[in-house]
Amino acid sequence: MYDSLIDAVAAAEEQNISLGELALRTEAAEGLRSRDEVESGLQRALDVMRGAVDRGLVGDLFSVSGLVGGDAFKMTKAKGPLAGTVFTDALAAALAVQEVNAAMGVIVAAPTAGGAGVLPGVLLGLAKHRELSDTQMVMALATAGLIGAVVAVRASLSGAEGGCQAETGAAAGMAAGAGVELLGGTPRQAMHAVAVTMQGTLGLVCDPLGGLVEVPCVYRNATGAAMALCGIELALAGVEFPIPVDEVVDTMGQIGREMDVRYRETAGGGLAATPTGRRLARERLVQIKPKKGK
Amino acid sequence: MVSLLDIIGPVMVGPSSSHTAGACRLGLIARALIGGTPDTAKVELHGSFARTGTGHGTDRAIAGGLMGYQPDDVRLRESLEEAERTGLVIKFENTKLRGDHHPNTTRITVTREDRSVVMIGSSIGAGRIVVTAIDGFPVDITGTYTTLVVVAHDEPGIVAKLATALAEESVNLATMRVSRRQKGGDAIHIYELDSPPGPPALARIRELKAVKTLRVVERVA
Repeated sequence: MYDSLIDAVAAAEEQNISLGELALRTEAAEGLRSRDEVESGLQRALDVMRGAVDRGLVGDLFSVSGLVGGDAFKMTKAKGPLAGTVFTDALAAALAVQEVNAAMGVIVAAPTAGGAGVLPGVLLGLAKHRELSDTQMVMALATAGLIGAVVAVRASLSGAEGGCQAETGAAAGMAAGAGVELLGGTPRQAMHAVAVTMQGTLGLVCDPLGGLVEVPCVYRNATGAAMALCGIELALAGVEFPIPVDEVVDTMGQIGREMDVRYRETAGGGLAATPTGRRLARERLVQIKPKKGK
Repeated sequence: MVSLLDIIGPVMVGPSSSHTAGACRLGLIARALIGGTPDTAKVELHGSFARTGTGHGTDRAIAGGLMGYQPDDVRLRESLEEAERTGLVIKFENTKLRGDHHPNTTRITVTREDRSVVMIGSSIGAGRIVVTAIDGFPVDITGTYTTLVVVAHDEPGIVAKLATALAEESVNLATMRVSRRQKGGDAIHIYELDSPPGPPALARIRELKAVKTLRVVERVA
């Protein structure tokens, strides 16, 4: 797979194909998996994403600690100025997937479980308002996969290594690029959507209460989806981010390496270390004792 | 080589790719090493596995893996109850392993009939895992290939005999590593294979006098 989005865009432009098509051709050429195998894997991922959104929107799921649940359902009754648009539907879907995840339901790690709501939030939010075939959706997942692969190689996809910018930040970049192609944008526009989205998540710390994928992770998937929609709008309008996308990704990796360990999934800093964060972790999370087999 | 399906995947039971999906895969490997569902298991949790494992379902995920559940199997949620019901005795303990270990590490001791295996493995992010020790032998197993684990008496020519047995059945080796604790004692052979070995290849290996145990670890990733 590619280790530079700039190289990937150049290759896609030269062959006059989308980044998604380029990703599928590249992986098939690598020889470990056939194109059929990859496409059916992505189709299964799409089906699981749809199932997770539907399950989460019901609103009856709560996390192991009971700290999160029911918020996706509230978003189905959104009352704000953007109610009923792609925006609120994307937020609802992103929350839904993360609520399912926190309740030990089945999701697609995309790229990780902690950031699993962003991509289905954006793509399925868009699909609710446009006629989009499964073939188009699978192609968008391939685009997202290519972007994620570049981030994995150049920076990191692990909160323990790079903070939340490497999880929901990377997921937002993936969703932005995929969303642009899904709506008919060019590879170049997709690339700028990734850059403008990820610049907005640089420095984002991973600070979960008690170290669990609950607070703020569930909410951060909603803000990640919002950031991706911002990137999509700017890029489709022709906005080009002045710093090349690969350098934005490299910067994310560099900030992650320099980030204090308290901000890398250890619950030692950020919201986890607030008075309320500590109290909730103590009251709600410590009570979960391991059940032992006899 | 990064696959699109590594990034858009795995499909898994939440909430954490490292603490849940990776933990399940470690359980699956311990199961393969003992040759089926164990009779008893001691699961020692180290680092972040010890600190936040319970809330992430790490205990349930490892128990499920020991019973053969995959990371996307919803039965993971009830695996501890199922283990109790079926008589699999699992003891969980928090521990601090000596030496340099990844924050998400577990030492799993499993017994089945008259055998036992001790394995140390880590979950290194996005559901990927690495097994670093089996019965005190240093190893490096990632589960991305079908892996053959052979313990054999350390004697000249044994590697050639094992490789020949596989080659005669057209099983291609991706990587191999042999390590031992002392000269002339037992050595552990780890072969990562491009395709699963058939019964004839396994039978040929079992016929070798130096071979003490042979385990096939199916691909988990």
